[in-house]
Amino acid sequence: MDRVIAFPLMGNYHVPAKYLLSKISDCKVMDAPKITSKTIELGSKNSPDFVCMPFKYTLGTYIECLDMGANTLIQMGGGCRYGYYSELQEKILKDLGYDFEYYNLVSKGYADIFKIYNTLKKINPKLKKIKSIYHFIITKNMVKYIDKIEDYIRGNKGFEEVDGCFDKEFNDMLNSYLNNKGLISLYLRYKKYKKRIKNIKLKKIDKRIKIGVIGELYTLMEPFANYNIEDALYKFNVEVKRFTNVTYLLFEKGKKSKKYLKKLNNVKYKMGADALDNIYYTKYLIDNKYDGIIHIKSSFCTPEIGSMGIINKMCEENDMPVLFMSMDSNTSKVGMETRLEAFYDMIEMRKNNG
Amino acid sequence: MDKCYLGVDIGSISTKGVIIDSNYNILSSNYIWTEGSPIEAVKRLIPTLKVPDGYKLSGIGTTGSARKLIGLMLGANIVKNEIIAHAIGTLNYYPDCKTILEIGGQDSKIIIINNGIITDYAMNTLCAAGTGSFLSSQSKRIGVDINDFGDMALNSKNPVKIAARCTVFAESDLIHKAQLGYKKEDIVAGLCKSIVLNYLNNVGKGKKIREPIVFQGGVSKNKGVVKYFNEVLNTKVIVDDNSHLMGAIGVAILSAKDNSNLDFNLDINDIKFETKGFECHGCSNSCEIVKIFKDDKFIDAFGNRCDKTIRIKQ
Repeated sequence: MDRVIAFPLMGNYHVPAKYLLSKISDCKVMDAPKITSKTIELGSKNSPDFVCMPFKYTLGTYIECLDMGANTLIQMGGGCRYGYYSELQEKILKDLGYDFEYYNLVSKGYADIFKIYNTLKKINPKLKKIKSIYHFIITKNMVKYIDKIEDYIRGNKGFEEVDGCFDKEFNDMLNSYLNNKGLISLYLRYKKYKKRIKNIKLKKIDKRIKIGVIGELYTLMEPFANYNIEDALYKFNVEVKRFTNVTYLLFEKGKKSKKYLKKLNNVKYKMGADALDNIYYTKYLIDNKYDGIIHIKSSFCTPEIGSMGIINKMCEENDMPVLFMSMDSNTSKVGMETRLEAFYDMIEMRKNNG
Repeated sequence: MDKCYLGVDIGSISTKGVIIDSNYNILSSNYIWTEGSPIEAVKRLIPTLKVPDGYKLSGIGTTGSARKLIGLMLGANIVKNEIIAHAIGTLNYYPDCKTILEIGGQDSKIIIINNGIITDYAMNTLCAAGTGSFLSSQSKRIGVDINDFGDMALNSKNPVKIAARCTVFAESDLIHKAQLGYKKEDIVAGLCKSIVLNYLNNVGKGKKIREPIVFQGGVSKNKGVVKYFNEVLNTKVIVDDNSHLMGAIGVAILSAKDNSNLDFNLDINDIKFETKGFECHGCSNSCEIVKIFKDDKFIDAFGNRCDKTIRIKQ
């Protein structure tokens, strides 16, 4: 039987994930269908009701992929309830009668390269060490480049003169990354698109409104999960800052946590998942005179519930507007739009009145 | 000719309309039930609001949950969310107000104001707990007219304790207490108190409520709720005579400030407005899209995630 690999979607990271898996496994890697309300419907129907939202999203994607012929599923694990996703999802899918193999690449929240290698070796026994290391490095760089460009785009997309320029260049870049030939070819592509994207004409605005978005990682990084909150903010001509990305989560988080603990005097220990990080970001945003903070999480996200109280207090003490939003598998956008619009109006009023 | 401005606040339960002059004095106002159909409600509302002789309508603003739809229908120059509209309206009457408590039909909010600028706000999560619709559904259950609710609550000496966190728990609490034989007025008073506690627990959580406090929205007309706000907050909350109109006044003021040069026209009764809901099958998102037709001519649509449908349907 030919192996067909599928993995869940999150933001634009299907590009590096697909690249890595197709180079290393020598088998077909499926393009998972885009997340739509059908995905969520499938996921919610087969999930426990009170599980957090990413579980429902990824389970829905798995079901769609299995129906399309996938037979090997890849999941990552995380430092919170995310760490238990794989066991539960595997069981639910087996109970639904699907026949497949299930692999968890990351456990305990860190990307342990040897463990990933061993797991991949199970998928492709012919895998060579040198080859896999080479492709790991390429993938790592690809993720890094995507994150760097995305960071620039987030800061400037709200001010583009012609709508859609950033999107077009960025999508071209992702497509070109997918068929790159090696490290240098990837670097040249990055340079080329970086130059193009930096050349996009921007409107000049004196007082830019700057908003930081923080919160739970999946809800932040998958636009469908947060009703495309970043695009909604760009429409108000806002500069958006987001810290959480895959480069950070996989390669930097482990080192930085200790630094954050030292710098914060109101937190004594890590609070699970990204709670500590978000508290530090709040401090950063306050210190750097941002105009507002939006904290989004999926409902029932325990680490973030823990951080919200502290973030609220910090914002209150420093007179920083903060908006908390909880997302679940509902698909009505209206409630969010009202809150976002009011949040923006409030910030604008504050800014114009000193 | 003097200028005047129309503000319409279309909520889930009631529709409010007000016409103000350029000094923001109310020229005429009305308050009717939405009865589930915002278009019909506005059609009934508009003829009752007379533009006085010698005035020219120079701006229309809409707010409330149907603000977009009605904004299109009336050709409004300002379509604004309820939070800003309520704050602007209230600040016009109480410039030194620091906290606005608002409880409406399907949502409730708290707005914190500092030196005339909104500095913080919170809305209830997407659940109707502790709002007017909970009160009205419970009033039906115990067979008391919602208009008598407040007076009845004032008569109670011993309000029953009702769980405040969630309406499902509150409702089962209420049924148990009724079966135990508590007096109706004690139950009604308990309900009013539970609204207050629920509001302060959920919406007002973590917010500093400072005086002067203005309480508004449809529920502010309920004397029982006002009494328990005073009791729990240990102060006196201000309830304006026009507290139910504040959103409409606010958005009328905003439309006045906008200085629009558009032509405004209130002869909407002869114009046919129609909305058609349908499910787009362009992709598996299956967006529920509402299309709006003015005299059978397509004017706009919402609910779409992409512009595919708009292109097809034009």
